[in-house]
Amino acid sequence: MRVVIAEDSVLLREGLGQILGRFGHEVAAAVADAPALAAAVAEHAPDVVLTDVRMPPGFRDEGLRAALALRAATPDLPILVLSQYVEQSYAADLLQTGGAVGYLLKDRVGEVAEFVDALDRVAAGGTVIDPEVVRRLLARRRDHSPLERLTAREREVLALMAEGRSNGAIARALVVGEAAVVKHVGSIFGKLDLHQTSDDHRRVRAVLAYLRDGG
Amino acid sequence: MAGNPLRFLLSSWPWRSLAYLLSGLVTGILWMLLALVLVVVGVLLAPAGIGIVLLLCVPLSAIGLGAVDRRRLRLIDARPAPSPHRDPREAGLRPWLRFRLRETATWRELGHAVLAGLLSVAAVMAPFVLFVGGVVQAGAPMLVENGDQIMYGTAGTVDTRGEAWPVAVFGGLMVLLGFYAMTVAAAARAALDRALLVRPVEEELVAVRASRARMADAFEAERRRIERDLHDGAQQRLTGLIMTLGLAKLDGGGEWAAKAQDEARAALEELRDLVRGIHPSVLTDRGLRAAVESLAERSAVPVEVDVDLPGRPPEAIESAAYFVVAEALANVAKHSGASRARVTVRRNRKALHVEVRDDGTGGAAAHGAHGAREDGGGSGLQGLADRVAVHDGTVRLSSPPGGPTILRVEIPCES
Repeated sequence: MRVVIAEDSVLLREGLGQILGRFGHEVAAAVADAPALAAAVAEHAPDVVLTDVRMPPGFRDEGLRAALALRAATPDLPILVLSQYVEQSYAADLLQTGGAVGYLLKDRVGEVAEFVDALDRVAAGGTVIDPEVVRRLLARRRDHSPLERLTAREREVLALMAEGRSNGAIARALVVGEAAVVKHVGSIFGKLDLHQTSDDHRRVRAVLAYLRDGG
Repeated sequence: MAGNPLRFLLSSWPWRSLAYLLSGLVTGILWMLLALVLVVVGVLLAPAGIGIVLLLCVPLSAIGLGAVDRRRLRLIDARPAPSPHRDPREAGLRPWLRFRLRETATWRELGHAVLAGLLSVAAVMAPFVLFVGGVVQAGAPMLVENGDQIMYGTAGTVDTRGEAWPVAVFGGLMVLLGFYAMTVAAAARAALDRALLVRPVEEELVAVRASRARMADAFEAERRRIERDLHDGAQQRLTGLIMTLGLAKLDGGGEWAAKAQDEARAALEELRDLVRGIHPSVLTDRGLRAAVESLAERSAVPVEVDVDLPGRPPEAIESAAYFVVAEALANVAKHSGASRARVTVRRNRKALHVEVRDDGTGGAAAHGAHGAREDGGGSGLQGLADRVAVHDGTVRLSSPPGGPTILRVEIPCES
């Protein structure tokens, strides 16, 4: 798999390159700012883009803007965005551009295998949302919310769904059979009055939107 | 001057007034002479060029007189008398000259110098006439005793003892009146001096307000700088450490690498919270609405966010509004017992309006707001009020027992 990395810190840029190398991925280009990212993507046509949010010259959300621009130009280009802060609005912007996107807290790279797995999932067209985004949405106190009616196990399944896991991945994470997961998912959608969908990306969006607005 | 007339006469006021008027007379006349010489010689020497310089010295000398007269004001006016002049931006004699000659203050001082020269004579004259006339008439009995007389033109003469005593009483009253006239003349002169020579109070206030706003802006810039330094420095390094430890774990670094990684992650988490408190990057990146939504997501109490802004307000105001909402929501979660809250932000032509409303139990104290309910945490909202006050904003709180609690903040910002 060929990856273009955009990250302004030399330390992290090289570290990311090393990790990807260990897992047999090729770093087509590693750049330090948003304009260079656009150029590198045009030149190398990578399988997946890995970018930081905050980059020169403005040190604001240049990386995210660049990612959104890349998606607008090439809608199916897989992009994983790394951020020092978890912000719902950033994730929402990315999700709006369709599947094959990811939004992770930067220090997730510390769990190297999981991080590379997330990158693989994005490259394969999956959706990855940082557990922290989901945790925060679930942590809100709610009175008389349909969420209160979910069992503890159903809440676990809901969180994993919101992170973008497929039924199979949820089954593996919770060490249960996939059939059990399918049953839980059905029950959750029933209790929350959401429409079932087989598309994982749509499922993420629906669940996140529900957690954000309803609940 | 109101109050006991006798006590007034025995106070220092008549003497201070006298000193003020006489010193004004001296400085006024001296300046008139100087100006006269400068103008005459200046006009005569105008073809030689040096004359122009002498003529230019006339307004400059008026600046000097202005400075002297501002000091003299202290004799009878304790209020501060700041100079209306501003500091020239460049150093050196030529820029200073150019700057001063373009200032309105200089030409006001020239006008004042001319007026003062003329009026100082009149100001001294009125009380002087009353004094002299009064003293002469008060001495009428003595004059009559010596065979002299006082003539009042065609109205007649006073030359008998019977006539002299009433005249003496009248003269005494005139002397007293002279004292009053002197104070009135001094007050009038002082008012004129103040009007022409002293920077108006409103202008002072505007200046203070502007400097306060500049300071707030500087703080704001400083917060951003710190936030950026932490982001580029400590945060990146910790992230790098977490990544390196991740690789170590991969190579069988074992239990200790995992432990160290947990520690590093905790440190990064703390640093993130700290930085968010200093200046949240989401506010810089995406503005008030996204930042308030982010706060709402973090809140334990469900918060409805309604932010509708045409464009972004100035940074310092945006930041003040953000911290208002942050503090208010923290208080809602901590003290109010509310089950929901609502944040509304609007902007009209004059101001930014922020309202935070909760359905809690109310009873928040006005001075300390929510925080004062039990643990004395009201300083948070007090600090907030201070922060808003810097921008001339107002904080209003309504929190009757039983609720609801409504916090309204208005920060002026012209658009």
